[in-house]
Amino acid sequence: MAGDNSTPDVVVKTINESGEEVVVKIDGANSYGEQLQTSTKQVKEEKPFPPFDPSTFGPQLFWLAITFGVLYLLMSKIALPRIGEILEVRRDRIEGDLAEAERLRQKTEQAIENYEAELATARAQAHEIAEETRNDIKSELDEKHSEVEAELSKKLSIAEARIKETKSAALANVDEIASETLVSLISKLTGKISIKDARDIVKSVVKG
Amino acid sequence: MAGTDPIKQFDIVELFSFGTIGADAQGVGGFDLVFTNSALMMVVTVSLISGWLILTTRGRGLVPSRLQLVSEVSYEFIANMIRTSTGSEGMKFFPFVFSLFVFILISNMLGLFPYFISVSSQLIITVSLALLVMTIVIFYGVWKNGFKFLKIFVPSGIPLVVLIIVVPIEVLSFLSRPLSLSLRLFGNMLAGAIVVKVFAGFVVSLTAMGLVGIIGAILPMAMTVALTGLEVLVAALQAFVFTILTCVYLNDAIHPGH
Amino acid sequence: MEVEAAKMIGAGIATIGMGGAGIGVGIIFGNYLSGALRNPAAAAGQFTNLIFGFAVTEALGIFSLLIALLLLFVV
Repeated sequence: MAGDNSTPDVVVKTINESGEEVVVKIDGANSYGEQLQTSTKQVKEEKPFPPFDPSTFGPQLFWLAITFGVLYLLMSKIALPRIGEILEVRRDRIEGDLAEAERLRQKTEQAIENYEAELATARAQAHEIAEETRNDIKSELDEKHSEVEAELSKKLSIAEARIKETKSAALANVDEIASETLVSLISKLTGKISIKDARDIVKSVVKG
Repeated sequence: MAGTDPIKQFDIVELFSFGTIGADAQGVGGFDLVFTNSALMMVVTVSLISGWLILTTRGRGLVPSRLQLVSEVSYEFIANMIRTSTGSEGMKFFPFVFSLFVFILISNMLGLFPYFISVSSQLIITVSLALLVMTIVIFYGVWKNGFKFLKIFVPSGIPLVVLIIVVPIEVLSFLSRPLSLSLRLFGNMLAGAIVVKVFAGFVVSLTAMGLVGIIGAILPMAMTVALTGLEVLVAALQAFVFTILTCVYLNDAIHPGH
Repeated sequence: MEVEAAKMIGAGIATIGMGGAGIGVGIIFGNYLSGALRNPAAAAGQFTNLIFGFAVTEALGIFSLLIALLLLFVV
């Protein structure tokens, strides 16, 4: 068989005992136009580099198509929809739970709001009652206060009148005592003075 | 040396065959329905993912169990990624992007186990996944926007003269998207697996040398452990990168004219 | 020159390109960190952009790795 490779001049393909194809390439002559020599100068058994061996391409391609096709079908029809569904269900569940939590939270907030409103009302009522009571007490106190004050002022005026009376009585007595003192003084010094004259003198002095 | 060959781990081994379909009378041509180790890994990946996601969510617990939580977190993770990068309109691609992410992530992770093959270190797998993404992007973009889809090549607010230079660059960058998308994943997983295998190979070679070798093997062993940790990070990161780039490209299809 | 040897050398040279990607990724993460330390509140929102930039930069490194692999095993 003629070589399909450009370098060796003769390529012999044989099948050995184990059924493998053995390619023997004989580099008899170089490509400069020398005669083909029958003596094999360089004989070597050459097997192509496995990944570059075209004889393996067909079966590998065939099996790749089958296996990858099967993988694609299994993934797209069974596995991935299932995982997607699991994730979807979980997300829905989490979202549902979150919504429920939100609803409960709002409910709680509503309750708190109601409670606070009631509290405010009660507080306002209490405040009102306290105010009312305070006003009552204050008016009562005021009343009593004014009553007591009136009584006191009445007593005060009575007392004042009595003081005035006593004072004028006392003043009158003072004139009398002065006159008598004057009489006794004059009579001791000069001799005689009538009580009537003494009184007139005292009166003029007090008046003057 | 065969045990430590870092390339051997990528061998595609035929486990059994369902026969050939479409061959002619001589048994030439046709299509071998062989079940290889990479096909087994794909089946294992898909069964793990589907089994996990379907069984853990069976209870539909309102309060998730730990296992169910993993499914839910991955769902939310991808859903948020799509929502932030493409808006709510992109959610119709959610099953596709989710399948893409978990498929790449789990096959990357499974590739870290010894004797397991990482499906995403096979070029044809990453290329077909990237082309699938780009096909969806182009078809959806054209179906939804019609002629306006071409606006993704014309950035807005740029003078006409500059556009002559910018548009070819944009076209080129669009065409290189499936290339970089597939090669990034492929290259990362391939290179990571090779590096781990190289250091693990050192351990095997050194321990064969006797006591001195066993002592000397401690260092590459520690390196293998550290690199495996790094590969866990890379596996997750590359799955994330592939998915987020898918989202970005889908966003272009949904809202062209950035 | 032997073709086989040239392939090996070419593959080795191609991997140098990954160093550039390493520098780029370092710059991206470093700048993200310094920005995040200055304004930690805005950091989380830019995580997607960080990963996007990282992915685009890293792809270029992966391309050079791919070239190395192609040279070793395919060409």
